[in-house]
Amino acid sequence: MTLTRRDVENIAHLARLEITEAELPVYVGSLSAILAFVEQLSAAPTADVVPMAHPLEGQNQPLRDDCVTESDRHEAYQANAPAVEAALYLVPKVIE
Amino acid sequence: MNLHRETAAEIGRGLAARRYSSVEVTRHFLARIERANPALNAFVTVTAERALADAKRADARLARGEGGPLTGVPVAHKDIFCTTGILTSCGSRMLANFVAPYDATVVERLDAAGMVLLGKTNMDEFAMGSSNETSFYGPVKNPWDTACVPGGSSGGSAAAVASRIAPVATGTDTGGSIRQPGALTGLTGFKPTYGRVSRYGMIAFASSLDQAGVLAQSAEDAALVLGAMAGHDARDSTSVAAPVPDYAAGLGKPVKGLKIGIIREFFGAGLEAETGAAVRAAIEAFRGEGATVEELSLPNLPLSVPTYYVVAPAECSSNLSRFDGVRFGHRCKDPRDLLDLYRRSRGEGFGAEVKRRIMTGTYVLSAGYYDAYYLKAQKVRSLINDDFRRAFAKVDVLMGPTAPTPAFAIGAKTDDPILMYLNDIYTIGANLAGLPAVSVPCGLAGGLPVGLQVIGPHFAEERLLAVAHAWQRATDWHRRMPEGYA
Repeated sequence: MTLTRRDVENIAHLARLEITEAELPVYVGSLSAILAFVEQLSAAPTADVVPMAHPLEGQNQPLRDDCVTESDRHEAYQANAPAVEAALYLVPKVIE
Repeated sequence: MNLHRETAAEIGRGLAARRYSSVEVTRHFLARIERANPALNAFVTVTAERALADAKRADARLARGEGGPLTGVPVAHKDIFCTTGILTSCGSRMLANFVAPYDATVVERLDAAGMVLLGKTNMDEFAMGSSNETSFYGPVKNPWDTACVPGGSSGGSAAAVASRIAPVATGTDTGGSIRQPGALTGLTGFKPTYGRVSRYGMIAFASSLDQAGVLAQSAEDAALVLGAMAGHDARDSTSVAAPVPDYAAGLGKPVKGLKIGIIREFFGAGLEAETGAAVRAAIEAFRGEGATVEELSLPNLPLSVPTYYVVAPAECSSNLSRFDGVRFGHRCKDPRDLLDLYRRSRGEGFGAEVKRRIMTGTYVLSAGYYDAYYLKAQKVRSLINDDFRRAFAKVDVLMGPTAPTPAFAIGAKTDDPILMYLNDIYTIGANLAGLPAVSVPCGLAGGLPVGLQVIGPHFAEERLLAVAHAWQRATDWHRRMPEGYA
C-alpha cells in the first residue's frame, strides 16, 4: 500500500492534525511502510474466526446504578483549561 | 549509608525494625536523584517537599506500629499516572501544563500503603515508543551505558531503579513497555493480567492492551508493590473483581515439577547470539532444578507485531481525540476558527511518533479500510490468543527472551519506525492475549543486561513471581548494578 501526499493530507484532516510541508513527505514514507508491513496479516486464514476486541472473555461490562456519584468539581477541572469564562469553556466563534 | 543497595522489601524491613527512618531513606534517595538525574534524565518532576511530608507521615505511622511492608519506602511513578496537584505530562508537550485534579487508583493505593512519592518519571510520549526517545522532555539514558537507550516506554522508571535513585517504580505496559526496559536495564519488570490493576487515572493509549505494573529490583519487590496496587476498582469497568492473593507469601513455592514451554518462534533469526545464549542457559538451569522443558510452536505469534500496529494505533487515534485544545492541554495561539484550533493545537502538542500512530489508526478505522485492516487484525488477535490457550493446556509457563538485543545506541533506530517496532516482537503477544508476564535479569551481553521473559496464563501472577523469585535465589544477576551507581 503506497499512500500519496493527498492521502496523507486527507488522513491528517480526519485526525484533525496540522502537518507541515516539511513533515508531509516523511509521513507519506513512514505510513506507507507501516501499511506495507501490516499487509502480511492479509495472508492469515481467518474465515471463521471471531474478532477479539479485548482479552477478558466472559467479562461483561458492568452497569452501575443510575445515580449521581460525582461531586461538582468544575473549578478544579477547569483550572487546566486554556480559556474559561463563567464556568464555560471558550472556543472561537462557531456560529456567525 | 548504602540504603540504595537495599531492595524495596529490605528497606521496608529496615524501617519496621527502626534501623533508620523514612525521612532518612527519603533524603538519601533525593540526594541521589539530585546527583544522577541531570545525566540520566529519568525524572520529569521531583517532588522533594511532598516526599519529605510523606516520609514524616510514614514515620509517625510506623511509630504507632501501624505500618505495612511498604510504609515509608520511596516510589517513583511513571508520568502517565495522574497525581493530584502535580504535573502529569505523559511525556508530551500536549500535557506540559497539565496538573492532575485527581489521583490514579494506582497512586491512591500505593499512597495508602504508606509509600513516599519521589516524583514522576520520564517516558515515551503517551507511552508510544520502545526507547524513551519520543519524550517531549528528551531521551532517558541507560545507566549501564549512557550512550544507550533504557528501553521504553517506561524508560524513566527503569533508569531510576537501575541507577538506584529510586528503590522501585511504577510503569505501564501496552506492548512491552515494562518488560523491555526492565530487560535493558537489568530489572524485574512485571506486567500483570489485563484487568488485574485499575486503569483509572492512567492516561489511555490503547485501552484493550494497557496495563499498569512494576519496575523492581527483585521478584519480592514486585510482589509487594503489585499486591498493594492490584484489585477491583469500580471506576475502571474492565478491572476484574477477583481477590488479590498474598503475592509475597506465595514467593517460596518451589519450581520442581514446573512445566516450562519454550516458544520456538522466539529463537529465530532476529535474536542476537549472546542474548539467546543467556536465555537458553537460564532455561537449562530451571531444568536442572527439576522443571520439565519442552519446545512449543505458537505459529501465529510472528503476526503479533503487525496485529499490534493496527489495533494499538486504532485505539490510540480514538483515545487521543480527547486532546482538542479546549478542556485541557496545549492550545495554539490565535486560532482562526474551531477547526484551526483543533488542527494546530494537536499538530503542535503531539510529537512525530504520536502523530504517526494517530494517523495510522485513523486510516485503519476509516471507511473502506476498517474490514481489511482493523477487523482483520482483531481476527488475527484471536488466532494468537488461541495459540497461547493451546500452549497453556500443556505447560505452566512459557519462556523466551524479552527483547531481541541488549540496549542499543541512542539514535540508532529513530529513523525507521518499523525497526523500532520490532523491539517488541517478543513482548506484544502477552498484551494481545492479556496475559501476565515478567522479565528477569539472566545475564549480560556485551556488558549489558539481558532479560528472560516468563509468560503465564491469565491471573497466574503468583506463579510467575514464584518462578522469578526461585531464579533470583539461585542467581545474583538482579543484584548487579551499573558501574558508578553502586
